[in-house]
Amino acid sequence: MTGRPPHGTPSAGTPRLVLKGISKVYPAVVANDQVDLAVQPGEIRAILGENGAGKSTLMKIIYGVTRPSAGRIYWEGEEVEVANPAHARSLGIGMVFQHFSLFETLTVVENVALALPGKPALDELAQRIAAVSERYGLPVDPRRHIHALSVGERQRVEIIRCLLQNPRLLIMDEPTSVLTPQAVRKLFETLRQLAAEGCSILYISHKLDEIQELCHSATVLRGGKVTGECIPAQETPASMARLMIGKDLPRCAHGAAKADGDVRLRLAGLSHASEDPFGTDLKDIHLDVRAGEIVGIAGVSGNGQQELLRAISGEEVLAEKFPVQICGVEAGRLNPGQRRKLGLAFVPEERLGRGAVPAMSLADNALLTAAHSQNLLAGGFLRFEHARDFARRCIERFNVKCGGPGAAAKSLSGGNLQKFIVGREILQAPRLLVCAQPTWGVDVGAATFIRQALIDLRDRGCAVLVISEELDELFEICDRIAVIAKGRLSPTRPAAETTVEDIGVWMSGLWPGAETYESQPPTKRAESPNA
Amino acid sequence: MDAGLFTSMLFATVVAGTPLIIVALGLLVNEKAGVLNLGAEGMMAMGAVAAFAVTHESGNPWLGVAAGMGAGMAMALLFGVLTLTLMANQVASGLALAIFGVGLAAFVGKPYEAVALQVVPPIRIPFIADLPLIGEALYNQQALVYFSWALFWGLLWFLHRSRAGLVLRAVGEAPSSAHAIGYPVIRIRYLAVLFGGAMAGVGGAFLSVFYTPMWAEGMVAGRGWIALALVVFATWRPLRVMIGAYLFGGVMITQLFIQGSGLQIDFPSQLLSSLPYWATIVVLVAISRNAGTIRLNSPVSLGKPYRPDA
Repeated sequence: MTGRPPHGTPSAGTPRLVLKGISKVYPAVVANDQVDLAVQPGEIRAILGENGAGKSTLMKIIYGVTRPSAGRIYWEGEEVEVANPAHARSLGIGMVFQHFSLFETLTVVENVALALPGKPALDELAQRIAAVSERYGLPVDPRRHIHALSVGERQRVEIIRCLLQNPRLLIMDEPTSVLTPQAVRKLFETLRQLAAEGCSILYISHKLDEIQELCHSATVLRGGKVTGECIPAQETPASMARLMIGKDLPRCAHGAAKADGDVRLRLAGLSHASEDPFGTDLKDIHLDVRAGEIVGIAGVSGNGQQELLRAISGEEVLAEKFPVQICGVEAGRLNPGQRRKLGLAFVPEERLGRGAVPAMSLADNALLTAAHSQNLLAGGFLRFEHARDFARRCIERFNVKCGGPGAAAKSLSGGNLQKFIVGREILQAPRLLVCAQPTWGVDVGAATFIRQALIDLRDRGCAVLVISEELDELFEICDRIAVIAKGRLSPTRPAAETTVEDIGVWMSGLWPGAETYESQPPTKRAESPNA
Repeated sequence: MDAGLFTSMLFATVVAGTPLIIVALGLLVNEKAGVLNLGAEGMMAMGAVAAFAVTHESGNPWLGVAAGMGAGMAMALLFGVLTLTLMANQVASGLALAIFGVGLAAFVGKPYEAVALQVVPPIRIPFIADLPLIGEALYNQQALVYFSWALFWGLLWFLHRSRAGLVLRAVGEAPSSAHAIGYPVIRIRYLAVLFGGAMAGVGGAFLSVFYTPMWAEGMVAGRGWIALALVVFATWRPLRVMIGAYLFGGVMITQLFIQGSGLQIDFPSQLLSSLPYWATIVVLVAISRNAGTIRLNSPVSLGKPYRPDA
C-alpha cells in the first residue's frame, strides 16, 4: 500500500458533526475526557488509538447507544441530543460495529430489514443486498442464517446493512480487520466514492498504513484524551505511532527457523463433511508442522478455517484416527482433553465463549485448560490456590491489564483478554500450539507482544500453527505459509520466498498444480517424537 | 369404533385442546421476546374466576371473556413491573405469580362455587358442518375454538412474515443488539408479556365459561404448566404447539372414555389420568430432538434480564 494522499478534498463550510468537550465517566474509568472533534461533509477522518483509548465509547455516544456525561454535539450546525440509535439513523448516521450487533438465528436479509426504516419486502430487499454486495465486492448470500457465517462474512453483513441506509455520516469501527487485501482495496474504493458523494466518514483503526492510504485527517486518542490531530499523508507511520502509543512502534525479532524438527502435527488426507449445512467440507488436507517452526494458513474467512480448527482441536471428533496425528499419535478419535494431554494447546478465534467463559474469573478460566498440565487437580479436588498462582503468572508475564486473577473474563478489554488466553496456553509449555486469529482486534502494542511470544515459543522448540486472515501478520511471524480455499489446502511456501500478491491470488483457489501436494502420501504412523 | 363415537371424541379432543393452544401461543410470543413467565397457571386461574364472575353477574359470556382477558393482563402487568422494570429474577417472580394467582382466584371465587352458568350454544358454520364424521366435531364448536385457529394462523404470519414479528424475535435473540440498532427492548417485552397474560386469561375464561360452565377451586388443574412445557418442547414453533395441545386433548379424552366406559382393565386410574401429561411431553421431545432446529428457534436471551445502559 502506498502513502499517497486520497483524491478529492472535503469541502469547507458548516461541519457535518462537531463534538465539544465530550466526556464519559464510568464508575471505574474515565472513557472520554473533554474530547473535541469536527468532521466536514465528504471528509474521511481517522480516529486513531489503541484498544481502550476510548474510540469505541466516543462512537457509541455519537450513535446514541450511550449518553455522554458532559459535552455538546452539533449536527450540521444545530445542537442535538442523540437520544438513541434510531434517532441517530434518522439524522443520517450509520455505524458498523466492531463487536457485531447481528442476530444469529435470523437470516442476513432479516438482519438488514431490522435496521432499515419503513417496511421493505424481504424478497426485494434480498435483491438490493445482492446488488450492493456485487457493487462493493462484499459477497454474501442474503438467505443464510447469521450463525452459519464466519466472522469475516458477518462483518460484510454489517457493512452492507449500513450502506443500504444511505448515511450522511458513516462510522466504521475497525472494518478491515478480517478482510482480504483485495477486499480492503475494494472497500476503500467504496468509501472514497461515498466521500466524493458528500458522505462524511469516521474511520476507527489502529492500522497506520490504512489510515495513510484512506484518510484525509486524523484525530489521535490516548487514555480517553485527544493527544493530537494530523494529516496522515504528511506523517510517517512512526510519527503517528508515537502520537498513538506515546513511544516508537515495536517490531518483532524473527530469526531463522530451526530446520528438520520432528513432526508435531500431521494432517494426512484429512477430509470431513461439515455438520453445518452451510459450512465448508474439508477435502483431503495434507500438512506437516514441525517442532521449531511457525506455519501459517491464510485465506478468506469461510473457506474451511473453522472446520479445520475444530478437526484439529478435537471439538469435532473424526470417524477415523489417522487423519490427525499429534506428536506422533493418531488422534482423530480423541476428544479435546485427550488431545491436550498429548501436548496440544489451542487458542480459538472467539475469545468470549470459546477461549474463555465470560462470567468466570481468570483463575477459573485458567483452570479450564491448564488443570492437567499445571497439576491443578488433587484427588478430584480443585487446587484453587495453584490456579490463582498460575493465572497470576499469566497476568504478569503477558502484561494483562486487569483487576487480578479474580476479575471476570468479560471485564477485560479484547486485547488484554487475548493476551491472557495466549499466555495461558503458552505458559503450559505446549509441544504444539494451534492459534486462530491471534491478534484480531488487538492494538499494535499488544499484537506485537503476542507475535513475539509466538516466535519465542517456536524458538523454544514448539511447533506453531497460525490461522489468520491478516496477511501482514502471517508474513511477519511465519516460516512457511499455506492457503486454504474452498476446503482445500495449498502446498506450503517458505514465507521469505513468496509475496502478499502471490498469496492473494492463491486465496481464490488458484495455486500451481492445485490437485497435487507437497507432502508424501500419508504414512499410517508418523515417527515417534523424541521428547 | 362407530362413526358417532369418533365424532364425539374428536369434538371433545378439540375442546380439551383449545385452552392449551390459546395459552401456549400467548406464552410463545411472551418467550420469543426473551421473557419467561412461569405464572401461567396463576394468570389462567385469575382469568377463569374473573370471567365466571362477570358472566354470572351480567349474563353475557363475552363480557366474561373480556374480564378474563383483563384479569390475565393485570397479572402479567404485575409480573412485567417486577421483572422488566425492577429487574427481579424471572423464574422466581413467575413461580410466585403462579402461586399467588391460584390462591387469589380461590379466595375471590368462594361465593361462586356451586353456581352453574347457562351453557353457551356452539356456533354452527353452515355447509361445512354437514361434512360426514368431522363436520359436527370441528365446525359446530364454541367461538373460542375458531378463535384459537385464527390465533394460530395469525401468529404464524406475525412471527415469520411481519416486521413486528421480526423485531420481536430480534429482541428475544439479542436484546443488546436490538437496543443498539434502536428498538425499545423493554417496551416490546412489556407488550409481549401483556399479550401472554391476555391469552392466559382467555384460556382460563374458556375453562370456566364454556368448557365446564362452573367455577371450582383448582379447576385449571395444571393446564398452565402443561402449556409452558408445550412451548418449550415444541421448540417455540406454533404448529408443534398445536399438535401437542391436541395430542394432550386426545389422550385426555381417550383415558376419560376408558375410565368411564366400564371396561374391565387392570390399570390404576391415577396412572391413566397422568397419561396425557407425560405422553404429550414424550412425543414432543421425540419429534424435536434436532439440535439445529432448537438452535434456530429458541430465543437465546430467554429468562435473562436486560437493562439498557444509560
